[in-house]
Amino acid sequence: MTDAVNGASILPLDLAGVSFAAGGRRLIKDVTCTFEAGPRTAVIGPNGAGKSLLLRLCHGLIAPAAGRVVWRGARGRDPAPFQAMVFQRPVMLRRSVTANVDAALALRGVPRPERRARTAEVLERTGLARFAHQPARVLSFGEQQKLALARAWALRPQVLFLDEPTASLDPAATHAVEEIIDAIRGAGTRILMTTHDLGQARRMADEIVFLHRGRMLEKAPAADFFAGPRNDLAQAFVRGELLWWRKRPSRDPATEP
Amino acid sequence: MTDFGDAFTTALSLVVTLDPDLAEIVGLSLRVSLGAVAVATVIGLPAGAALALFRFPGRHGAVILLNALMGLPPVVVGLIVYLLLSRAGPLGVLGLLFTPTAMVIAQVLLVAPIVAALTRQVIEDLWAEYEEQLKSLGAGPGRALGMLLWDGRFSLLTAVLAGFGRASAEVGAVMIVGGNIDHVTRVMTTAIALEVSKGDLALALGLGLILIVLSVSVNGAAFLLKEAAERSQTGGPRQVPRGEDPALP
Ligand SMILES: Nc1ncnc2c1ncn2[C@@H]1O[C@H](COP(=O)(O)OP(=O)(O)OP(=O)(O)O)[C@@H](O)[C@H]1O
Ligand SMILES: [Mg+2]
Repeated sequence: MTDAVNGASILPLDLAGVSFAAGGRRLIKDVTCTFEAGPRTAVIGPNGAGKSLLLRLCHGLIAPAAGRVVWRGARGRDPAPFQAMVFQRPVMLRRSVTANVDAALALRGVPRPERRARTAEVLERTGLARFAHQPARVLSFGEQQKLALARAWALRPQVLFLDEPTASLDPAATHAVEEIIDAIRGAGTRILMTTHDLGQARRMADEIVFLHRGRMLEKAPAADFFAGPRNDLAQAFVRGELLWWRKRPSRDPATEP
Repeated sequence: MTDFGDAFTTALSLVVTLDPDLAEIVGLSLRVSLGAVAVATVIGLPAGAALALFRFPGRHGAVILLNALMGLPPVVVGLIVYLLLSRAGPLGVLGLLFTPTAMVIAQVLLVAPIVAALTRQVIEDLWAEYEEQLKSLGAGPGRALGMLLWDGRFSLLTAVLAGFGRASAEVGAVMIVGGNIDHVTRVMTTAIALEVSKGDLALALGLGLILIVLSVSVNGAAFLLKEAAERSQTGGPRQVPRGEDPALP
């Protein structure tokens, strides 16, 4: 895939004191950090930590209750068309596999002949070409996940958000999806993903963000993080201790609001 | 009981011999109802979808009103259209009262709320599923409207069918604005009402039979069409498993 980066990068991405609340609960608490161009980031943390919310906030699907999300490289341009996201549950339009990719490109204003070429290319490269004319919703879950990736890939985003791209996939499908992600990254796309698979985080990420109950407790280069997280909750998480079983917040000082 | 038996035999013979009076009535019924459903669909699909997608002040009220309009009594609609179209009414100059056009107008008012209300529900459910993905792709409600109508086409067929059911079965509105004039505005339902009151059970029963057969076959055909099309789209009733969050170790 060529030409992933259309013009100057919209990165880096700054989060300044970002919070998000819903249903009377503070779900993301005061996150401040910068995502630079280059490294692949994996956001890890227990269920309900706020990983998906953090990705949505960065992608602009939800607005922070406080704080700011700033694409510093955008310089007045609308950053949205330079991004794409693959959701935790792939959303398949009730159309053929080809039409799913084509519709996405059409929404981004890609002219028809180029749409056709890009669609054929991504379906070929994700191994979905033989399903091209099948309805997307008859595909297996793993195939749907690949199609969601292919659709995002066809957009040639500068930044790609992946929310648990291999959750509930078998090892072979996981491997295939990881190879696709590598290829997308090879074309110059910045990867920001969440995962529950620490092995995957080691394989796929250069930088780890550890979230716990809406707080970003650690952000470190992957090598450093896996050598020994500075945060003790992150340590426990990496060791596989079930820290989300802790019921009493008093034993959990780092998450005090 | 023999009355009924005789009536039934005569009714069957009327149907089998394609009695010209009967054929005329059936033809007009179909023209009026299908015409009304077509117009109501053109209005109801986009209106229902817009109500599902756009947020504006008074939207909840509009949804409640629309749902209430689904149960509008046909005689009341007939009366309103009658008042509008009668010689002294605001649209009296058009001279439409007691014409098939007046009957179509009245039925559009009955059917459009049904199509719109059911469409709203279908599109709202679909939007809940697609919203984030489409927003991520840069499509707001405006761009989404056409896409959702297309993707919801099989469910929306049911909305249109419900509208047809209403149009073909109602008697009150077409009676008032059509006047049940022989060879002009007499349709199946009004003819049945008239023949029963005159005591000609045979013709009434024949018409009733045809009405039922028509309704069953239209719905049956639509059902089969929907099944076949849906199977080609989703591989049948089997739902592709949605991703569940993996259980952590
Ligand atoms: N719209 C919302 N309204 C209320 N609560 C919400 C909303 N969206 C998310 N939450 C809550 O916010 C918390 C974080 O949700 P999020 O989906 O980000 O978790 P996650 O880290 O991605 O978890 P998982 O690993 O299970 O995917 C959860 O407790 C969830 O119930
Ligand atoms: Mg999540």
